[in-house]
Amino acid sequence: MAEAREPVTTLDTPIRLEYLFSAGIAQSKNLRGLAEGRFVGQRCPVCSKVYVPSRGSCPVDGVPTDEEVALGNTGTVTTFCVVNVPFAGQSIEIPYIVAQVLLDGADISFMGLIQEIPADQVRMGLRVEAVWVEPDQLGPSMASVKHFRPTGEPDAEYASYKDYT
Amino acid sequence: MSERVAVIGTGQTKHAAKRDDVSIAGLVREAALRALEDAGLGWADIDAVVIGKAPDMFEGVMMPELYLAPALGAVGKPIMRVHTAGSVGGSTALVAAHLVTSGIHDRVLTVAFEKQSDSDAMWALSVPQPFSAPLLAGAGGYFAPHIRAYMRRSGAPGHIGMQVAVKDRLQALKNPYAHLHLPDISIEMVEQSVMLWDPLHYLEACPSSDGAAAMVLGSEQAAAAAQVDTGRRPAWVHGMAMRSEPTMFAGRDQINPRAGRECAADVYRQAGVTDPRRDFDCAEVYVPFSWYEPMWLENLGFCDEGDGWKLTDAGSTSMDGGDIPWNCSGGVLSSNPIGASGMLRFLEAAMQVRGEAGEHQVDGTRRALAQAYGGGSQFFAMWVVGTDKP
Repeated sequence: MAEAREPVTTLDTPIRLEYLFSAGIAQSKNLRGLAEGRFVGQRCPVCSKVYVPSRGSCPVDGVPTDEEVALGNTGTVTTFCVVNVPFAGQSIEIPYIVAQVLLDGADISFMGLIQEIPADQVRMGLRVEAVWVEPDQLGPSMASVKHFRPTGEPDAEYASYKDYT
Repeated sequence: MSERVAVIGTGQTKHAAKRDDVSIAGLVREAALRALEDAGLGWADIDAVVIGKAPDMFEGVMMPELYLAPALGAVGKPIMRVHTAGSVGGSTALVAAHLVTSGIHDRVLTVAFEKQSDSDAMWALSVPQPFSAPLLAGAGGYFAPHIRAYMRRSGAPGHIGMQVAVKDRLQALKNPYAHLHLPDISIEMVEQSVMLWDPLHYLEACPSSDGAAAMVLGSEQAAAAAQVDTGRRPAWVHGMAMRSEPTMFAGRDQINPRAGRECAADVYRQAGVTDPRRDFDCAEVYVPFSWYEPMWLENLGFCDEGDGWKLTDAGSTSMDGGDIPWNCSGGVLSSNPIGASGMLRFLEAAMQVRGEAGEHQVDGTRRALAQAYGGGSQFFAMWVVGTDKP
């Protein structure tokens, strides 16, 4: 006889799905750039906004964004939060800073990890630069960007990034 | 031709962290039976069923509407599923209402649910995407930076979010169906809770709930018959609208999204609302994180841009003396069965108009607003309900 136990109410049954993902023409250009340690954006021929990463068309004007734009390594933290919640599958040690980073010359921000600065000193307007993984680790993924770190420049003016938070 | 439509029955479950006494089918059936009973109807009276829930990955049951059809009396009847992320409960109600206004059906059952204890929402919302850095950290991780941007833009003081967290939990004490009943809630308690996604404390975030909501929507004829049978008046739909916008485009205002503003303008125009703060007696608005109350006060035009926090600060949105009580049910901050959370807003607004909200009733409510939003603030659904036949 088994000893008395709590009734089983749920079972975790991990499953695995393998799939092929085709990145498409526009995103592939961006991913190849990342594999070389640089950011590649695309400009909309109608509104001139620079998207990075671009999906190949402008979401506002609905036209192809064919013109490639080489972007630099620096940008501005437009807003951020400090993640302090553990969850299944988490790969970064908490607490960590997730920021919206607006690269210089781009018109849309993307999520980036901020490191090499104490959490309580991160602020909106902080100037940052990308730190890439070792050259032999570079690949076609945002994971090629290890994190962003402060450049030491003066903070950007609020007016310069307020529409990109 | 557009026919009139009214809410003639409402039902919801007791929302809880874990409803292990019921399966998903049992959960939706509990809400649906209550809605039918409230409408004085049986399964045979229903023409069609419209169901909604958050993405299937949450519970890991793909297309659950198929297996739920028998539990909802939908065998041999039209059943359809709606998908609009967190706003889905609202969109589902609107799709059901359109089946009546279009003259296709007389009585439509609409149901929405989530069984979060069967799921892992933090995981489901944070799955690594191909070629991306694994930075996503649940809904809070997505919305907290926008909250910070709102605080910067409006100059709101830091206590505003905590004030909403306390107000909605105090109001939840008057709602027997609410998940969280925290009689000792206070600013100090919120402030001392863990800072999960700085600037958001644990108690400024919604709970994880199991729960379901259901409504019976009826045509003019069905509403008249139900009122005779039950003695309960219908809540007439005076306006309904949905809007969406892309999640990412240059210059997107994520703090005050255009889709939300345009959705509100549309629904107000239909209902003849010109001054929402004056014209509504109360509102049920999707506030899963405390700061979304002041943000949506602005987005919904209850005040000028930048002034939302002042209404919250002045107590204007409180049932306790405020002129425009928001989320008298306790809102999403007190019960969050995700897929049902939007429908609960729509249902609670209807309960207020019908005078059926019990202890959290705002006396004399003649017109109420319900709003649900979802995804990265890109899906909006709203309706205006009132006592008068439009």
